[in-house]
Amino acid sequence: MKIVVCIKQVPATNDAKIDPETKRIIRKGIKAILNPFDTYAVEEGVQLRDKFGGEVIVLSMGPPKAEASLREAISVGIDRAILLSDRAFGGSDTWATSYTLAKAIKKIGDVDLVICGKQAIDGDTAQVGPGIAAHLDWLQATYVMAVEEISSSSIRVKRMHEDGYDICEMSLPAVITVVKDINTPRVPSLKGRLASNKCEIPVWKPDDIGADISKIGLDGSPTRVVKTQPPPPRHTNTKKIEGSSIECAQSLLRELRLRSVI
Amino acid sequence: MIAFTDAERKEYHNIWVVAEILAGEIQPVTHELTGAARILADLRKSEVWVVVMGSGIEGKLESLFAYGADVAIVVDNPGLSGFVDETEAQIMKRLIVKYKPEVVICGATTRGRALIPRVSVMTHCGLTADCTGLSIDPENGDLLQTRPAFGGNIMATIRCSNHRPQMATVRPRVMKSPEPDPGRAGRIIKEEMLTSDTEKIKQIIDVFHSTETAYNLADAQIIISGGRGMKGPEGFNLLKQFAQRVGGAAVGASRAAVDSGWIPYAHQVGQTGQTVQTKVYIACGISGQIQHLVGMQSCDFIIAIDKNPDTPMMQIADIAVVGDLFEIIPEIIKGITNL
Repeated sequence: MKIVVCIKQVPATNDAKIDPETKRIIRKGIKAILNPFDTYAVEEGVQLRDKFGGEVIVLSMGPPKAEASLREAISVGIDRAILLSDRAFGGSDTWATSYTLAKAIKKIGDVDLVICGKQAIDGDTAQVGPGIAAHLDWLQATYVMAVEEISSSSIRVKRMHEDGYDICEMSLPAVITVVKDINTPRVPSLKGRLASNKCEIPVWKPDDIGADISKIGLDGSPTRVVKTQPPPPRHTNTKKIEGSSIECAQSLLRELRLRSVI
Repeated sequence: MIAFTDAERKEYHNIWVVAEILAGEIQPVTHELTGAARILADLRKSEVWVVVMGSGIEGKLESLFAYGADVAIVVDNPGLSGFVDETEAQIMKRLIVKYKPEVVICGATTRGRALIPRVSVMTHCGLTADCTGLSIDPENGDLLQTRPAFGGNIMATIRCSNHRPQMATVRPRVMKSPEPDPGRAGRIIKEEMLTSDTEKIKQIIDVFHSTETAYNLADAQIIISGGRGMKGPEGFNLLKQFAQRVGGAAVGASRAAVDSGWIPYAHQVGQTGQTVQTKVYIACGISGQIQHLVGMQSCDFIIAIDKNPDTPMMQIADIAVVGDLFEIIPEIIKGITNL
């Protein structure tokens, strides 16, 4: 079985700044981490490889320093890593990102299963996983909470929904996106750390994956961020309650009674 | 990427909503989105069409018209009783090519977020996730999609001028549901599911309805919510006691509290948690990052308790209580008990 896990390096803090010119995120000066939801995808890839043999590869598109997140994945048992990095990929929205990742997955060749985290914490869109499946014209299952069975030709998964869950079986190749419930990511072993320090990570450019230049980066993205602004204020006539804790509690109790809360 | 010409853009009309069906029933988010679509369609002097894909749903379409739809396109087939992403995406693509909508809006639910990205790739359209505001240019039909971005500290406006249709998802309870008008009528267009739509190599083996996966914040009338200011899991025990004393209250939390491991994710309110529209929301020690505010600011009445009077939450609250919540909340609990 050949498995590809797609990951993203994201800013660690919630207070990322915006470039006023490009309206895109400024990554400089902010600590970058492996997207927390992707750690579950990495773990699932490693577990499936351990059970069924084969190879598990981690793939990311990003700036050169995204290599650090790929090494982190190697340290917990991923076999090898590939980084898609080039100026031409910059400014990609989810359409162009999923196109680029799909082209790289085709280039890797003979892939049976692609695993993604359910979403990245910076954009929170959850669009890239299904986007990859659509570009490849493969089947998909999202919000997967358990892989119940897998063979060389099919996979059976438990999918989370708002009103419960379902069990879905589909043929391979396929793309799944996974949620927190699926496993508990391991910590790196000493052997894993050594492997992650040593490994060579090839960097692929648009030419390496045969990408149509009109479908990548900012030019290949149908969406445009046209404006960023602080959020609108809700309203301003706030009633302030101050004083001793007992006074505050009594005033608040009166307000709650007035609104039949208590 | 090849952009549409003006002439090509003008072939696209009407605002579409993809209906959310659970267990054969149209969900409230469909009505919320129909209301939002109505406003856009009126500005464009066009129509609201709702796409309904499911099994045994033909008799349930009247409510769509009451909430503002002009047309319901219905694909009713036993093969659509379970959620098969690929089949629904294939049907959507076929309908989009046939009828050319200007805008497609879908609920940002687990199903909607699986379906619509697939459709957007297949039809080569831009898609914006989790919009909190939608407006439209009445002249050229460009959809202006507003969403919180970058951890929620800023609102981004996104446009897809060069492509049609323009696609957006909106989370449940972000848009207010309009008042239904039971006298309003509309047209029904029936479409078949074709053999070429169906995905034979995917099967839904079983469906389980349960609430075990989600703590039901949405149904609560009152939410008492805690943030970083609760300082630890013990702080949340205090909020649970408070909630027990108040009939029908649920305990919510900010992302900071959930990420610190003080309370499970199911309690999280905000952009990456649940969106709520309760009668009363009591925010305890929550500073009010945008990503939290977008999940609760359409609550009817907001009370904030915090030491710091200058936090964003204290600014937007209807009542801001300035003080030590570890002293004030026990006093309130005592006060309720003595009633």
